[in-house]
Amino acid sequence: MEKKVLKSKWNLTPEGWNLEGVPSSQDEKRYTQVGRSVPRIDGPIKVKGEAIYTGDMTLPGMVYGKIKRSTYAHAIIKKIDCCKALKLPGVLAVLTGDEAPNKWGIVPQAANETVLAVGKVRFYGEGVAAVAALDEETAEAALELIEVEYEPLPVLLDPFQSMERSQEVLIHEDSKGNIMHAGEQVYGDVDKAFAECEYVLEREFHTNYPQHGFLEPHSALASYDTQNGQLHLWASSQIPHYLHRQMSIVLEIPMNKIRVTLPTIGGGFGGKGEAAPSEFVACLLSRKVGRPVKVVYDRQEVFYTNKGRHPCHMKVKMGLDKDGYIQAVDFDNTLDKGAYSGWGIVVLFYTASMIHLPYKVPNARFRGRSVYTNKPSTGAMRGLGGVQPRWALECLMDEMAEMMGISPYELKLKNAIESGHTCINNMFVPHSEFKKCLETAVKKSGFLEKQGKLPFGKGIGMAGGYYITGTAYTLYQNYKPHTTVMIRVDTEGGVTLLCAAAEIGQGCNTVMAQMVAEELGIQYEDVHVQSGDTEIGAFDLGSFASRLTYAAGAAIKMACVEINQSLKETAAGMLGVRADQLVIKNHEIYSMYEIKKRISWEKAIEVYTSINGTLVGMGNFSPPRRKGIDIISGNRVQGANIGHSPTFGFSSQVHEVEVDVETGRIYVKKVTEAGDCGTPVNPMCVDGQVEGSIMFNIGACLYEDQKLDASGKHLNPNFHDYKTPTTMEMPEMDTNIVESYDHSAPFGVKETGEGAVQPTFPALTNAIYDAIGVRFYTLPITPEMVLKALKDKKEGEL
Amino acid sequence: MKKLIELDINDRIYEVAIDARDLLIDVIRNKVGLTGSKKGCGDGDCGACTVLIDGKPELSCIKLAIASQGKKITTIEGLVQEGGQLHPIQQAYVDHGAVQCGFCTPGMILSSKALLDRNPDPTEHYIKHELSGNICRCTGYKRIIEAVEAAAKVWSKEGVQ
Repeated sequence: MEKKVLKSKWNLTPEGWNLEGVPSSQDEKRYTQVGRSVPRIDGPIKVKGEAIYTGDMTLPGMVYGKIKRSTYAHAIIKKIDCCKALKLPGVLAVLTGDEAPNKWGIVPQAANETVLAVGKVRFYGEGVAAVAALDEETAEAALELIEVEYEPLPVLLDPFQSMERSQEVLIHEDSKGNIMHAGEQVYGDVDKAFAECEYVLEREFHTNYPQHGFLEPHSALASYDTQNGQLHLWASSQIPHYLHRQMSIVLEIPMNKIRVTLPTIGGGFGGKGEAAPSEFVACLLSRKVGRPVKVVYDRQEVFYTNKGRHPCHMKVKMGLDKDGYIQAVDFDNTLDKGAYSGWGIVVLFYTASMIHLPYKVPNARFRGRSVYTNKPSTGAMRGLGGVQPRWALECLMDEMAEMMGISPYELKLKNAIESGHTCINNMFVPHSEFKKCLETAVKKSGFLEKQGKLPFGKGIGMAGGYYITGTAYTLYQNYKPHTTVMIRVDTEGGVTLLCAAAEIGQGCNTVMAQMVAEELGIQYEDVHVQSGDTEIGAFDLGSFASRLTYAAGAAIKMACVEINQSLKETAAGMLGVRADQLVIKNHEIYSMYEIKKRISWEKAIEVYTSINGTLVGMGNFSPPRRKGIDIISGNRVQGANIGHSPTFGFSSQVHEVEVDVETGRIYVKKVTEAGDCGTPVNPMCVDGQVEGSIMFNIGACLYEDQKLDASGKHLNPNFHDYKTPTTMEMPEMDTNIVESYDHSAPFGVKETGEGAVQPTFPALTNAIYDAIGVRFYTLPITPEMVLKALKDKKEGEL
Repeated sequence: MKKLIELDINDRIYEVAIDARDLLIDVIRNKVGLTGSKKGCGDGDCGACTVLIDGKPELSCIKLAIASQGKKITTIEGLVQEGGQLHPIQQAYVDHGAVQCGFCTPGMILSSKALLDRNPDPTEHYIKHELSGNICRCTGYKRIIEAVEAAAKVWSKEGVQ
């Protein structure tokens, strides 16, 4: 029996601790602020409607920018005539692509996008010109007056067709074969391993083309000061730093003349993880007209330009020995890149990393290519690079378990990795409670009692998953710290954390406040958080790759060491004890041996600042680097570093479905989840992330898919035709945080924002198989597909 | 071409000059200056722009301002109680972690209020049904439904206007 929860660290409050004896520094698990389900610090202003999003802002003299969009998916721009538009009263300026030709892109080596199309358009809805006008109506009217002459080119919408017809037409001149990037990673002797396997299975899987559907459209407000050349941009972004850098490249002004500020952000899920044309257009127009310019996309523009999940065409082959241990995995992946590169190389090699965990794979081969097509570009979307291969692998394992005549749970548990595992590609897992996740989800859902035993039309399925935490590489591949925080303490401002991290709704401001309070021995309400500003906050890469809790946690711990040391020295003098015998907890500084020797934390601050002024602590975090090598041959492998991370989060899900065999509709009835997120800094926020993740991918598995017609025109660029789950699709959800503490991580934390999306596709697909005996290899699984499959099955049985 | 109309928003009369084609959301946000109501899609699909008109939830992004004259309009800003206290629904959203990015929140809270006004003791299915016009991409809805259930309990105890 496990020890029961009463004394579990999640239930701790500042009260009731024996403050004598063990100093807090020797008991790293004894938390008072971390591990509490406190309400979000931005909750009240959000429920009052007082939170200010970019679109809510107005500046004196502000005007409006709008973008004219291409009506061809692939065409040469012969001529753009803006004369009539410029003559319209109220129009201040017009902008075309050749005025800002510098290429931008989040991965510097592959940057190939321009603010507005230069010379040719590569997808339907690409920006070709922009207008600044006194009001939105005038700007819209002016767009109609801009005349663009196109010479249409063949439209390539399928990656295989795109490669095949590349002799005839190239989407980017410098990308031969219409391939953005191709790569191969081989570890061990895959063919020999397969030859010795008892069970081998190969399948093809095809994923769909969903989009994030964050509710706040891309918005940007730029103000350029023509006197001092200073630019201030407020933007709906997840990555203030990368945006800052791209802006400097495109506008050709130094970074120190640009300030990026994030107001409240209405969701991102990766979709605001790259700079957006709205932001460049606002800045360029503001510089042109000398007034603040606001650009807010409508929903249609978000669908046209936003970078959803890569459709992947995957061939996966797995081999097991006679006892069911995985011996080899062969994975071939063709990714549909859409028109521009963006996160492309990263996503390509992330999919390669996904085969190495959470199961032990001694021999692995990946071949992949990311292929340009004339579609809105794909990019980072919650669970980047993981969701597609995870779906394929977990479904394949389900099928192989059936081949062997054992439960998929048994097969997965047997192969699951444990703490201290080194993958064949040199990824190192310092800590894992993955087995506990599998056990918990299976036990709580009654999976073993139900699987294969439910009546026709009802089914249950399971899957595991993992994701990176804290990331290993900046996109520049240098050694600069990924996060720097500055903590300022004085009698006037209290405690302020300054960090350019991006609060996009995930709750990082609350979590960072809890971590600062924990380290300083105060309450989370005492901490002010200044985030999302490149001028006020210290450097941070942004909110993506589930990196922030880990990275900021490490930096915060470092900054607080400095502050605590200064305060202890001050208090030591006042109390007449040694500084290293002092403990700071619950707003007090006291001797661990003579507990009557104590002063209030505020008193120590007052004394310190009256002599030295404001107390400041700095901290930063660089993740440890591991080389991406084949650990058998020792050879470096291209792209293998991507996906390495300081630690990893794990999870498992069990889905129960009902399939209406008359209509083909799939109803998800219950989801049981168990996650290893290390220490949950705020368990309520963790549950919110997990529940959100599950719904997010239920949507992408069953309903969501962007459709284009043969000319590349988007057919469902709105929430009416692009179906996202509503409350009516919500299943019963039982989410569980398994007891976990990673000693290598600050506060023992891991990610939770993207790991929980990983098992959803396969658990659901496996549950549908259990319900109707049909395996699906294409997403989304629509009622039409279900009905057709049932009909085919019936005919096959006759 | 502009016409001067009166709109009763949160028990205050606003005089605004509008075009006949102006949408209520744009007038509320841009002319009146109450930016709590959000525009998520502009097509009446996502529910972020929900306001209450004579107590009924309506999509202000597909409603003409001119058609809203002589009616009582309530926006999220109109829910705050005396002394700046949060309305019990707002409090429940905060306490239950029903807010993440917050963009759907104003519309979601107003739909919640309307459903509780109609049915102070709702079943889970009733809540789900009534909130199905409001999309949230962050929370997975679970905590939103819990918050409404919690608010309903306070409701039946205290009787809130």
